[in-house]
Amino acid sequence: MNGILYTRYELIRALRNRRFFFFSLGFPLVLYFVIAGPQSSDHNFAGSGISAALFYMAGLVSFGTMSSMISTGARIAGERQAGWTRQLRITPLSTRAYFRAKVMTAYAMAGLTIASLYVAGAILGVSLALGNWLEMTGLILLGLLPFAALGIALGHLLTVDSIGPAMGGLTALLALVGGTWFPVTHGFLHDVGQCLPSYWLAQAGHIGTGGAVWGLTGWLVMAAWTVGLSALAGYAYWRDTGRV
Amino acid sequence: MTEGIQIEGLAKTYRAPGGPVAAVRGIDFSVGPGESVALLGPNGAGKSTTIDMLLGLTQPDAGSVTVFGNSPRHAVDAGLVGGMLQTGALIRDLTVRELILVAASLYPDPLDVDEVIALTGLGQAASQRTQKLSGGQTQRVRFAIALVANPALLVLDEPTVAMDVEGRRDFWMTMREYAARGKTVLFATHYLEEADANADRVVMMAHGKIVADGPTTEIKARIGRRTIRTTLADADRAELSRLDGVSSAERHGDSVILRCADSDRAIRALLEAYPAARDIEITGAALEDAFLELTREPDRAEVPESLGAAR
Repeated sequence: MNGILYTRYELIRALRNRRFFFFSLGFPLVLYFVIAGPQSSDHNFAGSGISAALFYMAGLVSFGTMSSMISTGARIAGERQAGWTRQLRITPLSTRAYFRAKVMTAYAMAGLTIASLYVAGAILGVSLALGNWLEMTGLILLGLLPFAALGIALGHLLTVDSIGPAMGGLTALLALVGGTWFPVTHGFLHDVGQCLPSYWLAQAGHIGTGGAVWGLTGWLVMAAWTVGLSALAGYAYWRDTGRV
Repeated sequence: MTEGIQIEGLAKTYRAPGGPVAAVRGIDFSVGPGESVALLGPNGAGKSTTIDMLLGLTQPDAGSVTVFGNSPRHAVDAGLVGGMLQTGALIRDLTVRELILVAASLYPDPLDVDEVIALTGLGQAASQRTQKLSGGQTQRVRFAIALVANPALLVLDEPTVAMDVEGRRDFWMTMREYAARGKTVLFATHYLEEADANADRVVMMAHGKIVADGPTTEIKARIGRRTIRTTLADADRAELSRLDGVSSAERHGDSVILRCADSDRAIRALLEAYPAARDIEITGAALEDAFLELTREPDRAEVPESLGAAR
């Protein structure tokens, strides 16, 4: 009744999907070794105060986990097209349990991405105090909240045909402006980036450089996006299903 | 739980590119607890829209639906309703058994998963992934998902589409067994034989309205009751249709078909007026005739010639 089995099989379904392993796990891992590998001896990458290995680990974690979270949207769009969402609506599954299953599945997938990139980071020489690992992980998990909501919103707004390009384009853009591929420290991109959740997600890797990682701006931006995108997700679900 | 389904003044209009479409135009009917009722009508009659409103998937513009004395939403949340919607595929990356297990887990009092797999003839396919199934197997799984809920009300919207003959036979057998447990069943179909063979009562819809509601025998009795066929040269169709007991007449060359309100009076009148009539045959109307008679467009008062040719 409370949707535990439903959540479990949602997760199993996600794990059986090969696209996930390619785009959210394999792709960031390969990119990490290709980009950060040759520069792994750079301990103050482009003046960022952190090593290249850590910079790219954090950047690719943000890229991979964003993909994981937003890919919820692809699963939802597929379920809508199959008529499964309507089928669920004539079962006692509550809206809350439905959302919970989607968010937990997305987080589990993101967790796999994080773990695999941490291992890769350690291989390339990332070394942090335990407290820093934990703080970074906590910030990343919090920073994924707006993306969890975004995935649900996109899934209920877009169709199977349009969601692929939308997800790919959005993730690439957010990663670029967020500083996944190169440090964004000043100028227009920096100003825009500071207003986006992907910037602060990647910024979680700038740990152990002194001071608070996010600062007030970071927390405010994250909170605003979480609230805004959750409202959008709620609206998208309501518009799609006529249900509160 | 004793009230079944009550539908009163139900109406729904959809916005469409070509202007608003009145899918359901004010209908009233009820389904008693434990009753099996067929919602019969051609495509576009408003059956699916009615079912969507009954299940709480669509909000009516006017009128009301109650299911076991409450709103559809309430009945669905209480796990009293199981349904097989008209369109629908299955979600991928699960086996048939896993998917039915998930469906069962959502309901308070489900049937045993393996029992349902056996009932729906899915034993062979139970460990297959849902995306590898044939159309007929997919329909069986969709039926299993509705059935495993062990619902007090089972709603099936054109359930046998995409099933082969054997699949249909098995399907209706299982459905009748389930209905025999005292469950309420409402199914939509445009196959007359299905309604005739599997429902206690038929509610016929056309153009968003109910055109007949009663036992199949009553509907047969109401329309086109008997047909007389005979070979008769040089008879005037208009004269034939004015014979006592005849409601309409058709002529195809020398063969004449008379639809009769009262075939006893009609045959006497026919032989009196046309003693030369031969090869006389009197048959009871098939439900098909009743269906065509009841659901044809209101503005086409004349029975079209093609009706006879279609037989």
